[in-house]
Amino acid sequence: MASGVKPRVKVPKTAAAGDTITIKTLISHKMESGQRKDDDGNIIPRSIINRFTCDFNGENVVDIVLEAAISTNPYLEFEAIVPEAGEFKFTWYDDDGSIYETAKSIAIG
Amino acid sequence: MELTRRNAILMGAGALVVAGLPMRASASVDDVIAQFTGGAEVGTGDITITAPEIAENGNTVPIEVSSGTAVEILVLATGNPTPNVATFKFGKLAASRAASTRIRLAGTQDVVAIAKLDDGTFVKASSTVKVTIGGCGG
Amino acid sequence: MRNLTGALLAGLLSTTFVSADPVDDKLVLNEETTLVTRTAAPAHLSGVLDEVMSGWLFRGTETRAMQTDDFDNPGMIFVDKGEDSWNAVEGTEGKSCASCHGGSEDMAGVRPVYPKFNEAAGEVRTLEMQVNDCRETQMGADKWKYTGGSMANMTALLASVSRGMPVNVAIDGPVQSTWDEGKELYYARTGQLELSCANCHEENFGNMIRADHLSQGQINGFPTYRLKNTKLNSVHARFKGCVRDTRAETYKPGSSEFVALELYVASRGNGLSVEGPSVRN
Repeated sequence: MASGVKPRVKVPKTAAAGDTITIKTLISHKMESGQRKDDDGNIIPRSIINRFTCDFNGENVVDIVLEAAISTNPYLEFEAIVPEAGEFKFTWYDDDGSIYETAKSIAIG
Repeated sequence: MELTRRNAILMGAGALVVAGLPMRASASVDDVIAQFTGGAEVGTGDITITAPEIAENGNTVPIEVSSGTAVEILVLATGNPTPNVATFKFGKLAASRAASTRIRLAGTQDVVAIAKLDDGTFVKASSTVKVTIGGCGG
Repeated sequence: MRNLTGALLAGLLSTTFVSADPVDDKLVLNEETTLVTRTAAPAHLSGVLDEVMSGWLFRGTETRAMQTDDFDNPGMIFVDKGEDSWNAVEGTEGKSCASCHGGSEDMAGVRPVYPKFNEAAGEVRTLEMQVNDCRETQMGADKWKYTGGSMANMTALLASVSRGMPVNVAIDGPVQSTWDEGKELYYARTGQLELSCANCHEENFGNMIRADHLSQGQINGFPTYRLKNTKLNSVHARFKGCVRDTRAETYKPGSSEFVALELYVASRGNGLSVEGPSVRN
């Protein structure tokens, strides 16, 4: 697991049923591209987050393949429908097999 | 990157290459597109890509893709060493077929979005981003 | 001498001297807090500058936008990390920062007045020096590297809770000799290029330096998340970069010279809002 990986997600605390909300996510990650060389001229191996998913109560919102051209500390913004109260689940998949997860609840009100 | 003399020369050389070939489209771009479309024709239509005309820094360039009916959107940076950037798939609870992210661009180039629409057709849009080289230390 | 330097500068800044005036824009944070990015210069700058301006005004549209929302600003991830450190017990005394200071939000008002004089120690201290003194003396923990990640996360946290408050460092009394030293350094030419801070940031802000905009070199936005290296940059690391770019041997981060320079440069921004962690190129 890459060290010190930390997600940061913005989801409103409440919404009306059927509302559209904007979700913003950031996660701290080097996103080592595999294109850089170290001081001895050796290629630094690629090490990135290669996939991100967002689901709400088990139903998919977005499923995104990330490549080495995504900037360090990846940022993703998209819109979701909130059909009912529940939980957004966010998952980032690392090249090294690590999985980083966080969740945010939303109430109807 | 430490600013050593060698790196400075390398960066300069990189800038020249980019300036000389601002719109190069490598064969692999076509390959990636063909893989995504399965060889289907790519038209224009329900797809928009928004990117700055001039990026302050090629390390972090904000882009947005948007479509009314896309089920999937592929983003390519045609001038990068590897052109793939991201593929967005929209699920049942996606409120719009739009997403934003921040990307790396190796130099001035076209950023391309290709959408697979819900009728199975493919459409394409592109945006030219000029990448500047910074002030002190690049 | 003056002509030679002028010619050198002209070549360095731009072949065409394209003007890159600061934009006319307002920095509103999270659609709530309006920050002061442009205000009357403090009295000690009379005859030198009429107005002081945040570096935010010299950045491009997209970069400026990135700082307006705490979920767009990548620097805020590191504020979260700083918050984790704030609450983490470390060292032989079994304490965290929170053990003595309470919530990090209670530290609002601290960032704007640093560097400041510490009576007990009889020295001018930067925020980093104070954090490390707390770690060593109060917590029995190891010092952090002055410009390292843990320190930058902590100073980002401490800046973030003071955002919107005006920078207000003292320049007289016990700090005056340090401030004088800082002022002298600000105007001292260094390196093979013989450039002082003032040559770029006082005489040429608003002009281009290669493809980039020269700002006033204000430090109210530090630590700053730079798009260039995609991490938080501390004030002294930035000073080091600037001095290096004049092709000089630089002072070390945490050195008395950079402490003095930080006090002086901070005082040039008295009245501007604390912005850290800001987003810059």
